Amino acid sequence: MNIIVPIKQVPDLVEELEINSDGTDLDREWLKMKLNEFDDHALEEALLMKDDSGATVTAIALDGDDIDKALYAAAAKGADKLVKITGVSGNSTHEAAKAMANAIQGMEYDIIMTGVQSVDDRDGQLAVILAHYLGNSHVSVVTGMQASGGSVTVQKEYGAGMVAEFEASTPIVLGIQAARETPRYVPVAKVRRAQKSSTIEEVAAGDIGVDAGSSVSKMYKPDTGAGAEMIGGSAEDQANKIMELLTQKGIK
Amino acid sequence: MSNQIFVVVEHLKGKIEDITFEMLGKGKEMADASGGELVAVLLGSGAEGMASQLGAASKVIYVDDANLAEYNPQAYCKAVGSVVEANSPKMVLIGNTSMGMDIAGGVSVDLNIPFVAYASGISNDGGTITSALYGGKMNVDSSPSGDGCIVSVISGSFPADAGRVDGSPSVETASADLSGLTIQFKRLIEPEGGDVDITQQEILISVGRGIQSDENLPLAEELAAKLGGAISCSRPIVDSKWLSKTRQVGKSGLKVKPKLYLALGISGAPEHIEGMKDADLIIAVNTDPKAPIFDYAHYGVVQDLFDFIPALSGKL
Ligand SMILES: Cc1cc2nc3c(=O)[nH]c(=O)nc-3n(C[C@H](O)[C@H](O)[C@H](O)COP(=O)(O)OP(=O)(O)OC[C@H]3O[C@@H](n4cnc5c(N)ncnc54)[C@H](O)[C@@H]3O)c2cc1C
Ligand SMILES: Nc1ncnc2c1ncn2[C@@H]1O[C@H](COP(=O)(O)O)[C@@H](O)[C@H]1O
Repeated sequence: MNIIVPIKQVPDLVEELEINSDGTDLDREWLKMKLNEFDDHALEEALLMKDDSGATVTAIALDGDDIDKALYAAAAKGADKLVKITGVSGNSTHEAAKAMANAIQGMEYDIIMTGVQSVDDRDGQLAVILAHYLGNSHVSVVTGMQASGGSVTVQKEYGAGMVAEFEASTPIVLGIQAARETPRYVPVAKVRRAQKSSTIEEVAAGDIGVDAGSSVSKMYKPDTGAGAEMIGGSAEDQANKIMELLTQKGIK
Repeated sequence: MSNQIFVVVEHLKGKIEDITFEMLGKGKEMADASGGELVAVLLGSGAEGMASQLGAASKVIYVDDANLAEYNPQAYCKAVGSVVEANSPKMVLIGNTSMGMDIAGGVSVDLNIPFVAYASGISNDGGTITSALYGGKMNVDSSPSGDGCIVSVISGSFPADAGRVDGSPSVETASADLSGLTIQFKRLIEPEGGDVDITQQEILISVGRGIQSDENLPLAEELAAKLGGAISCSRPIVDSKWLSKTRQVGKSGLKVKPKLYLALGISGAPEHIEGMKDADLIIAVNTDPKAPIFDYAHYGVVQDLFDFIPALSGKL
């Protein structure tokens, strides 16, 4: 079984986000990037399948900031192959998916597992778009799967804890919401060792010819604090004020 | 291109989901403003009876097929694609829900039409769409550059009541080629019961990733006990297996409407907000003054929860 896991670096939302001088995108110069948390789950699920039944796991990414480190981290966790797609300029999901479809077309695969979504995919989640460029089927919001032979049983989460189960034949693209285990952790020293022992294969993006299909006129911060009355002071002052409020509302 | 606004109807176990009425309400407003027509797209098997709940639309296009008896990602993609292709509507609204996330992008590729995701606002002429990105920290306004556009709408962005209209819209049947499906529906797995039902609690003390470790949960549990409430949480707490799924608030968890929702170390991602924004009193505690949760809270406390909880607990 061959499993491909596309991984992506996204801005760390714990940091302050600044808007660029055009007012249409983030100021990317000082952004602190981290791996999309759902990719960690996708990689974990792939590695668990490798542990169970000996799959080959390939981590693939579009070239970009800090991407080599993310690929080496995937190798340190157990990915067998690393692939980097070069020469993609646009940053829409449609472009990323087309570039990835071009690269993957020449590879052997049974299951592609992406993260279910990321924080910046304005023109949609990659998984389903990639699936349609490849002519594969797709299920999103996946929280479990069991593969056997050419088929896979997939659990997909709806709201309110309801889960639907589907039986699908491979190849298939799955958008992973959560792995069955908490994603494994690798220490930096192990990533460094992986950097020395593994190689990243580079593949050119090829013909893209698609775009987001829309253009951004404005990026802006929603009015943070507009809704809330902010309570200042020390923790002690704030707790006093909240107590007053709870008493006043008849809650305590 | 026609002047139609399409709304893809989402239903589960015979019940139409709120997101459908939210989109119908918005779609009606748009159609009225532009002299266009609002059309509901209903897929199912023996489901035409649902049309009577879709009175906000002037027409229902109904595809009846045994392969649509239960939701199926592949069958829905094909059926929605074929209805959209046959009519070339001006805009197609699909919920940014678990189901919609399977469909919208696929139809966009198959028909080569624009797709704008995470919509929390749409101008009535359809020319400007506001997307909530970066976990709710940034809004982006954009305009589709081609004809027809698929828009996936975040639940809770528009009032459902505006679209909850009984009536007898005309029903037009359509068919779609659903041969060669490689995905089959097997079964629905209901959530486990037996735990506290957080939807019935008046006071919820809700913890997010800011709690850092399951070892710190007793802090919040003690506060909940003193306030006579229960513990709930954001999704990462459940994914880390610190609390059970029954305690999760949000898009893939439960929708709650307690008298008090105290959010401790929760950023306020749109998927969380969906589940709690209608609580009577929302108090949020977060170290980040820019956390989106403060847009939805009634009272905001910028503070380390490890300092705030003991301070509040001490007074109870
Ligand atoms: C299909 C889908 C469905 C989803 N469904 C849900 C759902 O049902 N429910 C849900 O919650 N999420 C859901 N999510 C996930 C959602 O996108 C967010 O990832 C999640 O809500 C973030 O949880 P959080 O706020 O606890 O964590 P984070 O976003 O990491 O936020 C942690 C917050 O804690 C603050 N903090 C850190 N330390 C402290 C401290 N010491 N004191 C005070 N504050 C502190 C930080 O400033 C930050 O704001 C879903 C995602 C997808 C893709
Ligand atoms: N540029 C990219 N490189 C690699 N994987 C990506 C890229 N963009 C999206 N993906 C994959 O698709 C998932 C969802 O991303 P997105 O479509 O941006 O929401 C990510 O978590 C990755 O698994």
